[in-house]
Amino acid sequence: MRVSYPFGFLDEYAKKEVRRSALKAVALPGYQVPYSSREMPMGRGFGTGGLQLTLSLIGKGETLKVIDQGSDDSVNAVNLRSFIEMTCEGINTTTNTDEADLIQSRHRIPEKSLRDDQLIVLQVPYPDPLVLVEPSEDKRKILHGEADYSRLLVKLYEDIVKFDEITISHRYPTRINDYYVIDPSPIPRWDVPKLHQSRALILFGAGREKKIYAVPPYTKAEPLAFEDVPFRVEDFTDASGNRRACNRCGCTTSFLDEFIDSKTGGKVYQCSDTDWCKGYVNSDETSNYASTKAMSQEMENG
Amino acid sequence: MGYVAIKGGGQAIEGSKDLFDFLRTRQGDDADPLDTDTIEHQLRLLHSRVISEGGVYHPRLASLAIKQAQGDTLEASFILRAYRSTQPRLLETPILNSESMRVTRRISAAFKDIPGGQSLGATTDYHLRLMRMDLLDESPEQFHSVTKGWFENTQTHDIPDTFPKVLEGLRDEGLLPPVDTGSRSRDAFDITREPLVFPVPRSAALATMARAEQGSLLAIAYSNMRGYGDVHPTVAELRVGYLPVMLPHPITGELTEVGEVEMTECEVVAMYEDHDDSYTGSEKVEAEKNRPTFTLGYGACFGHNEVKAISMAILDRALQAGMKNGPRNPSEDPEFVLLHVDGIDSMGFCTHYKMPHYVTFQSDMDRLRSTQHKHEYKEKIT
Repeated sequence: MRVSYPFGFLDEYAKKEVRRSALKAVALPGYQVPYSSREMPMGRGFGTGGLQLTLSLIGKGETLKVIDQGSDDSVNAVNLRSFIEMTCEGINTTTNTDEADLIQSRHRIPEKSLRDDQLIVLQVPYPDPLVLVEPSEDKRKILHGEADYSRLLVKLYEDIVKFDEITISHRYPTRINDYYVIDPSPIPRWDVPKLHQSRALILFGAGREKKIYAVPPYTKAEPLAFEDVPFRVEDFTDASGNRRACNRCGCTTSFLDEFIDSKTGGKVYQCSDTDWCKGYVNSDETSNYASTKAMSQEMENG
Repeated sequence: MGYVAIKGGGQAIEGSKDLFDFLRTRQGDDADPLDTDTIEHQLRLLHSRVISEGGVYHPRLASLAIKQAQGDTLEASFILRAYRSTQPRLLETPILNSESMRVTRRISAAFKDIPGGQSLGATTDYHLRLMRMDLLDESPEQFHSVTKGWFENTQTHDIPDTFPKVLEGLRDEGLLPPVDTGSRSRDAFDITREPLVFPVPRSAALATMARAEQGSLLAIAYSNMRGYGDVHPTVAELRVGYLPVMLPHPITGELTEVGEVEMTECEVVAMYEDHDDSYTGSEKVEAEKNRPTFTLGYGACFGHNEVKAISMAILDRALQAGMKNGPRNPSEDPEFVLLHVDGIDSMGFCTHYKMPHYVTFQSDMDRLRSTQHKHEYKEKIT
């Protein structure tokens, strides 16, 4: 007995449903479109929502990049990529951000600015930012409908009262097109400004929670903040006030991973985006950092 | 200065797969590979569990899934469920009446004698849970001798093909609410084709529970039994057997039996509460609602899984109350129950915490350091 699988693993009805849901998501920026979400042959929580989007959207001759934590070679990225290669005959894969038509990612948006002919799919564990303040999905749906995010703002306010800081580190609630607030997936705050007026279409897929949502190209995306307490990205300055540089490529404008050097026992910093790190040495191209910095400054100035 | 190696993920995965398979085969030269028929028969109840949680009735592939998952029920159900994603839905059966079930076991806790009689069938209920040391070194001869001549002393002519349902008697007496005929005309909610958007119809709740993970279902049902709820069920009937599956003939359109599925079905009767606490759907039923009756809970699933069917029936009853009057405890809350009982979902999410979370943790450290910094600064100036 042999089992053969269709192109893209899913049956045609399933792919059609995913595409329709994605279209609806683009039409209603930030709205979480429920869809039936099939079981994939990898764990719920390993990117099955992103995977269903990728499998439904990719076609022969197109080029795919898969990253996890910014890296093309982390075990989960390798696993997803080889599964997609196995079930989608005729596609190409790359680790180069520029060459990719479609990028599937977990926890990062590439440092390099994306173009409007590119599409990025983000894997989502918790699609709803309101889950922080309301466990019932039924009730959250009503709050979204009324664009009532007051409880989220109160949560931010209470953080400031208790800790003098907004403690939300990643999955930072972000208002899209002046209406729905989304959970932008567990990207660091560093990547949140990249959503704003992005040239590439950004699709979010939550497999276990069965939702698809989108930030369409050239759309407003504003992290929730207060006039006097602006949104801030991760700080990579050292004790003497200098911006830390990547230990490998020397970049001082990228999101850094921190780890312990096994030989010296000292702390070492390195670019989280491995493709960026590789390309940085010989490149003088502008990065997303410009927009990240500009936006942070703009917000700090109010 | 060193830096983190970014190569090797692919190799590591391959190595891990090989090692997993090595552990399956390392028993030695005198070991035989486990064949799938053996799994289906000798690990019958494990097989039942996987076929039920996998949500696709494919006995052979369920055995294969158990073999390749090395007996992990969650993994095996998962493999079966993923296979299901590749299959289109071609046809729908009409509503099947479980009265036509070829029964292998059928009991009622409500009545000493039921029409057709009690039939204990194969159950561990009254086993003494003592070690059967004779099975430790069971010889093939011993093993084969059990089945040899099994039917010689069994009288088969007086066993009816089907048995009436215990509930019918109660219904005739007016102790149960009438059958909600309105729901028969509504299409059953297909949880494999539509997402659960709350509130969901009862058919969606039943379908979700039918392929739920047994332990999860039991835990929530048990909370209800112990006191976080008050269903106080009586098992009116629990039956296990083979249900004929009927489909319209492709040419004549006539309903034709295409096969059978092993199922466990449980109907519990619960005490009445308020007059209108029972599930109602149609206008005809509305009219009857002032009359106090028992309330019902229904559970059914593929395979022989009695704990699961009973848990499901209790939760069905609890959820009906919750849907009607608002939940008073977790087991009456449709969102709480239905979104947390799927084994594939919950094990997947639990497992995913083993994946790298470097970026988010970096972000967490940034927030904590910043908060600590501010805290220290405050201490200093005060």
